Amino acid sequence: MATIRYKGVGIRAVAACVPREVVHNKDLGYLIPEEEIEKTINSIGIHERRIADADTCASDLCYKAAVKLMEDNGIAPESIDMILFMSQTSDYRIPATAPILQHRLGCPKTTAALDLSLGCSGYVFALSTAMAYASIDGINRVLLLDGETFSKIVSRNDKVDWPLYGDAGTATLVEKGDFGETVFSLYSDGEGEDAVKIKDGMRNAITAESLVEKEVEPGVKLTGLDVFMDGMDVFNFAMSVVPKGIKNLCKELELPLESVDYLIFHQANKFMTDFFAKRLKFPLEKVPYCLQKYGNTSSASVPLTISSELADKELEGKTAIMAGFGAGLSWGFVKYDFKGCKVSPVIEY
Amino acid sequence: MELNEFVENFADQLEDTDASEISASTVFKELEEWSSLLALSVIAMVDEEYDVALKGDDIRTANTIEDLYDTVKSKL
Repeated sequence: MATIRYKGVGIRAVAACVPREVVHNKDLGYLIPEEEIEKTINSIGIHERRIADADTCASDLCYKAAVKLMEDNGIAPESIDMILFMSQTSDYRIPATAPILQHRLGCPKTTAALDLSLGCSGYVFALSTAMAYASIDGINRVLLLDGETFSKIVSRNDKVDWPLYGDAGTATLVEKGDFGETVFSLYSDGEGEDAVKIKDGMRNAITAESLVEKEVEPGVKLTGLDVFMDGMDVFNFAMSVVPKGIKNLCKELELPLESVDYLIFHQANKFMTDFFAKRLKFPLEKVPYCLQKYGNTSSASVPLTISSELADKELEGKTAIMAGFGAGLSWGFVKYDFKGCKVSPVIEY
Repeated sequence: MELNEFVENFADQLEDTDASEISASTVFKELEEWSSLLALSVIAMVDEEYDVALKGDDIRTANTIEDLYDTVKSKL
């Protein structure tokens, strides 16, 4: 198990941006029988989602979130030493998106910029990467931009995935300072690579056939360029690793779970994360949710939840555990003590 | 682990189907209310009651509730 500890670096600010267009799950009559829609919505907890238009990318949403963060906190672009862009819906296959964002944000050419790629576990891993860089001599500030536009890779005719996913971009500023200890535990299991996958790409070449929509299981029609998720396998996986992983982290830190103020789950779906909270006997009042408004925004969901649900809360001195889990398979947890963190409320693109 | 108890636990997951209509030989995927979300409820129930993690394929290859009971039993 990779357990990582950092001291002297922390989260200075968080901001998030979502597309303006709202899609309501009650309007999915073409995909789900009318009598099942309400039940589905109540179970997954997702009423509506934000969907980017064809011209808007995850990087655009992140750009706006970053500008908001910099404005709200008086951060000059010249002071950013490094930009990390965490996404699986980057602008191009080549080049990477982070340098484009460096230029767009007006950061100097001395700013290092690189892309990171993971699914729903991504924020926790990317935050550990941001803290690792921020711990090094020569880097004081890392701007972590985590955004996804799954609406571009989920089939509208996939009744499992389409009701779940929404789009969002976020910005997290990590820097050196008088911060307490942050502890991560990170895990991977590539044996489960098929649980969430876009089949065609490099391993399987993209051909004309890739664009043909096929019914892979009842109610799930997708092309080789759309994401496929085996919901039961993902649930099985998450159920067996998430509650246990949180317990293990607490045990290692000798931190009673009751003393944790917020358990911030990746916003997979409410059925799943409520089940985890129940498993952990953790009160739901301390589990913030934004999925009712924004759906599952993949790796952006943890910082989006912070921006959406915790911007008006007193975070100083509060302890949170953040949990990411998903495609890879990949999962990770972080214990974070908020100190001097300014959270901006969600803005619209 | 008893078959009757397993059938009862399974029936508890259903909302629209009367428990009296459910037996060990019920082909659960033919139930009108069967859905992928209900499958998650069954996986959660099996995890909680029997501490067994069912995979998607375990559900897909089972036809009756008794088939699923046999799978769970083999993993105990």
